[in-house]
Amino acid sequence: MDFTEEQILRYSRHIILPEIGGKGQAKIAKAKVFIIGAGGLGCPVGFFLTAAGVGTIAMIDDDFVELSNLQRQIAHSTRTIGMPKVDSARATFEALNPDVDFIALKQRITAENIMQLIDGYDIVVDGSDNFPTRYLINDACVLMGKPLASAAILRFEGQVTTIIPGVGHCYRCLFEEMPPAGLVPSCQEAGVLGVLPGIIGGLQAMEVLKIILGKGDVLKESLLIYDALKTTFRKVKVPRNPDCKVCGKHPTITSMDGANYGGDYCQG
Amino acid sequence: MDDIIPNKKLDIRGLKCPYTFVRSKLTIESMEPGQVLEILLDYQEASNSIPKSMEDHGHKVLRVEKINATEWIILVRKEND
Ligand SMILES: [Zn+2]
Repeated sequence: MDFTEEQILRYSRHIILPEIGGKGQAKIAKAKVFIIGAGGLGCPVGFFLTAAGVGTIAMIDDDFVELSNLQRQIAHSTRTIGMPKVDSARATFEALNPDVDFIALKQRITAENIMQLIDGYDIVVDGSDNFPTRYLINDACVLMGKPLASAAILRFEGQVTTIIPGVGHCYRCLFEEMPPAGLVPSCQEAGVLGVLPGIIGGLQAMEVLKIILGKGDVLKESLLIYDALKTTFRKVKVPRNPDCKVCGKHPTITSMDGANYGGDYCQG
Repeated sequence: MDDIIPNKKLDIRGLKCPYTFVRSKLTIESMEPGQVLEILLDYQEASNSIPKSMEDHGHKVLRVEKINATEWIILVRKEND
């Protein structure tokens, strides 16, 4: 790949790294990443992947920017309140790096549309904020063999894991069943320190770039837990579950047809 | 010592760090292992840093020569892909 003068300057700190170089930067430029959610996690992931020069970034979210989002959702601003989040993010990312082809999808991801939407993308990022969507994304990625950078945040704690179907665990191996609605706090009760999604989303973006580059170790058989109050990172081994409903030896979930991911969870 | 014939020549006079190395690295990446790159530069700091960075990347620095008051020539052999 031939870089323009501008690209050589823009990506010079990548090109200098022995693990990246011009060849690695060309891989980043060819990559296609699908980000689910334009909220606390999706914003920093999209921000860093745009800055890094990922060739194509799709972002899906059907929500609108609200004032209460701005304490943590760094792609949005006071001026974009009321706008669809994906359009607000598009404006930010296009201003940051015109090299990136940004695809804004103002809709909700569902069992009916997910496989068609993520088809053709190399890596999926889960920036959703509720359990039904998290299981839905996991199942679709396992069925399609797509790497998934998954994360969750609550109050002062964040969790990150990377799912490489067929190689390591999946989200169902980690948490077999969805917790019953009502057991997990709703968005209104939950609260989150604004920096937390930045840190956790930053880790997800790093996992995505390492998958693209094929360098280093990703969290493919482990869960990383960050406690912001104690300032600790804990890396826990996660075995693959041979009886897993979607990635086990005898899976019972073999398609997204008729799957039920309902539940009264807050979708904020 | 004048028997090394470079496969490629790169003129980065006028460039400063880190672009001196960025240019050199992109050029050597495009070459085959065993081939020799000649770099002509006029940024003094880079006459030290480029050889070090090239060694860090696993390449062989064959020669660093000050050819006049303000210019240097560095010869590097590509060792790996
Ligand atoms: Zn599984």
